[in-house]
Amino acid sequence: MENVLEVIDLKKWFPGVKANDGVNLSVRSGEVHAILGENGAGKSTLMKVIYGLLEPTAGEIRLFGEPVHFRSPRDAIRAGIGMVHQHFMLIPAFTVAENVVLGDEPGGVRFRRREASRLVRQLSERYGLAVDPDAKVGDLTVGLQQRVEILKAFYRKARVLILDEPTALLTPQETRELFRIIRALKEDGVPVIFISHKLDEVLEVSDRVTVMRQGKTVETLETKGATPQMLANLMVGREVVLRVEKPPLQAGEPVLQVRDLRVRSADRHERVKGVNLEVRRGEILGIAGIDGNGQFEFADAIAGLLRAESGEIRLEGRDITHLSPARRTELGIAYVPQDRQLDGLVLSFDLADNLILRDFRRPPFSRRGILNRRAAESQAEQLIQTFDVRPPDFRRRASELSGGNQQKVILAREVSRDPVLLIAAQPTRGLDVGAIEGVHRQLVRLRNEGRAVLLISLELDEILSLSDRIAVMHDGDIVGIVRGEEATREMLGLMMTGQRRKEGTA
Amino acid sequence: MKALRSILLPVAASLVAIVIGAILVAALGYHPLSVYASLVSGAFGSPVNIGNTLTASLPLIIIGLGIAISFQSGLFNIGADGQYWMGATAAAWVGYHFTSLPGVVHMILCLVAGMIAGALWAAVIPGLTKAFVGAHEVITTMMMSYIAILFARYLIEGGPMQQKGYIPQSPPIAPNTQFPYFAQGFQQAQLSPISIVITVIAVAAAWFLLYKTTLGFSLRSVGLNARAARYAGIGVKSSIVTALGLSGLFAGLAGSVQMLGVDHQLLDGFSSNYGYTAIVVALLARNNPIGVVIAGLFFGALTTGGQNMQIASNVPASLTDVLTGLIIFFVGCERIIPQVIGWYRRRRSLRAQTPAS
Repeated sequence: MENVLEVIDLKKWFPGVKANDGVNLSVRSGEVHAILGENGAGKSTLMKVIYGLLEPTAGEIRLFGEPVHFRSPRDAIRAGIGMVHQHFMLIPAFTVAENVVLGDEPGGVRFRRREASRLVRQLSERYGLAVDPDAKVGDLTVGLQQRVEILKAFYRKARVLILDEPTALLTPQETRELFRIIRALKEDGVPVIFISHKLDEVLEVSDRVTVMRQGKTVETLETKGATPQMLANLMVGREVVLRVEKPPLQAGEPVLQVRDLRVRSADRHERVKGVNLEVRRGEILGIAGIDGNGQFEFADAIAGLLRAESGEIRLEGRDITHLSPARRTELGIAYVPQDRQLDGLVLSFDLADNLILRDFRRPPFSRRGILNRRAAESQAEQLIQTFDVRPPDFRRRASELSGGNQQKVILAREVSRDPVLLIAAQPTRGLDVGAIEGVHRQLVRLRNEGRAVLLISLELDEILSLSDRIAVMHDGDIVGIVRGEEATREMLGLMMTGQRRKEGTA
Repeated sequence: MKALRSILLPVAASLVAIVIGAILVAALGYHPLSVYASLVSGAFGSPVNIGNTLTASLPLIIIGLGIAISFQSGLFNIGADGQYWMGATAAAWVGYHFTSLPGVVHMILCLVAGMIAGALWAAVIPGLTKAFVGAHEVITTMMMSYIAILFARYLIEGGPMQQKGYIPQSPPIAPNTQFPYFAQGFQQAQLSPISIVITVIAVAAAWFLLYKTTLGFSLRSVGLNARAARYAGIGVKSSIVTALGLSGLFAGLAGSVQMLGVDHQLLDGFSSNYGYTAIVVALLARNNPIGVVIAGLFFGALTTGGQNMQIASNVPASLTDVLTGLIIFFVGCERIIPQVIGWYRRRRSLRAQTPAS
């Protein structure tokens, strides 16, 4: 088979960092080739080099057998490389057609709008990328905007398509649609390079996988013969535990009791509509549901960030419905919020300050309103070590850390407070396999120590592998509760669309 | 390295402004070196000049501290000038009443009254409306500032605080509340050791408050990320009111120090727009209390030096306003500078490679 794109012993060194240090890759025509690696493994650098955004330090790139030296993306595009970035480069106020032809418009001085529209319609029919050329890009969903990006690549006569973390911003349905498009392109003979850190997606859509680790390509293998475990081990470089083993445990008395809770979100819409729920000591209760069904407002209400319109929340028997977030924290509610950068951290504070963010008012971190920096630093040193935060330096700002390490900081802070109840909302979103394993281990450890854990996640696999009981939320209400070991994806999937199960006896 | 950069950039911005100012002066037909020499000697040329510079700097520094606190809390207190007027007015009123009190007690009472007046002026209407209905503090503090200044003018122009006679001014404050001056030479500069001590204490207090107390931690959290602050259990609304109140408190303190140390009575021409210049002081200092001292001295020197410049070399003193404007511009630009450097480097590396191919 002909090699479309070959990368031979490529190196890209930055001062102090070898981002790519020996990358070998060969993409054959008509295949979907996945590049798999943890965050920071060098995937993005490699793509930037291929796309002409960065100059390689050493090594060679061959396109259709010819060695190429790109000095700018313009060169790469001219040679037939189409790249869809993780963050789209579109102008929201322009129409689809205008965005697609931008920089290479049909006609001379006068912009021929109708011609552009016609060309784009032709392209979208040819590649099966249904999108209205005259729609404004700002009005499109993320999935459709991505199609516009793909159209842009083909308008510039791309012969190879590179998708950089294409599913990061998509809903599950949009992801499925994207995979359909990728398969169609493959039928058409267009090779697709698919960059991801998600095992299941790589396994589903690719023909071959190249695994990268610490700037090197570790191995290229046929997807057919690969297992998740194999790929995870290759990615991380050691044996990874994908499924956390948890000893069977007798759940104790209820820690959190919620009765008829109704909550309005900040935009005044009622999002939680009369939820009844109990979380007991020594169990992980997972809340499954499609995004936007009230599960995150539910979490915010328990943490005290959203007001309960009506209903009652009890923690260890005590009514906390009207207590402030600070009081609830004192009573033992820990919360890993959904958006770690927006809610969980003050990005310009250093790690020591972020680690006391929820506790700075109490000794030893402060006395009579005066901060004790030394206490914060010694706690930070200890937590950074225990939770293996990298780089291990409490003077670093939170913004300088990778997503996985930011999450470790939040988790360290919340877990170290010895909570009776931990609420974890999307605790592993955007993390790579190694980091996910660490987070899961912490949740299970808390459960085994007899705390209550409320896990809210959009990833069914995560819910299934961790939860002792699973509550499914739909349109602001609990549709049903099933025992973890009895639950299946299909069952939960049905319930997530609102179909009730009668035997909610767990 | 990072700390060094944060000091270096404002300094570089000021230097660039000075150089461009020199070009301007030359274009107007004056000799830039001699103009700047007269500016520097006006600011630092004699003990009296140094005294004048200090006198002009102190209110800038004290107000600048308050503005830095509000900026660090994510609030743009534009109305410090009005809070400063309210502080001075309150201090003057207390100063010529209660004359039977012993001097030190009376002095302290004047200062406290000024601080409270400034704090309330910022906290009550701008603070509460911002916290509870989301009224933007830029608008409210600004409007309240106009009200304060016009209110003070009314008080001395036919209002209850006008001294008997036709001149719009209040009665002078009791002599034993007036700060004593440094001996002899500084009499003319109206510089008092008490003003200096109060300023030093204010700087230390602002620094301690921001970086060493839980209150400062809360305020900075709110300023950097209000959502995370709420999540951390910090009362965001009360923090907003507190931050604006503190900001006004410093401005009010500056007003009363000025009243007790320099003016001794409320006059029509009381303010020199210190409240506005202090915004630039805080910006140039990047809201760091120690930086505020340096930036305050710099602007104090510009003011007094500018007056001398006008006398000695006939250049209009408003040239110093041009310099101030240029400095603001370049401080604002400092984020652009690294980008320009990066762009230049990329271009150069491109050009270096092109002949090779």
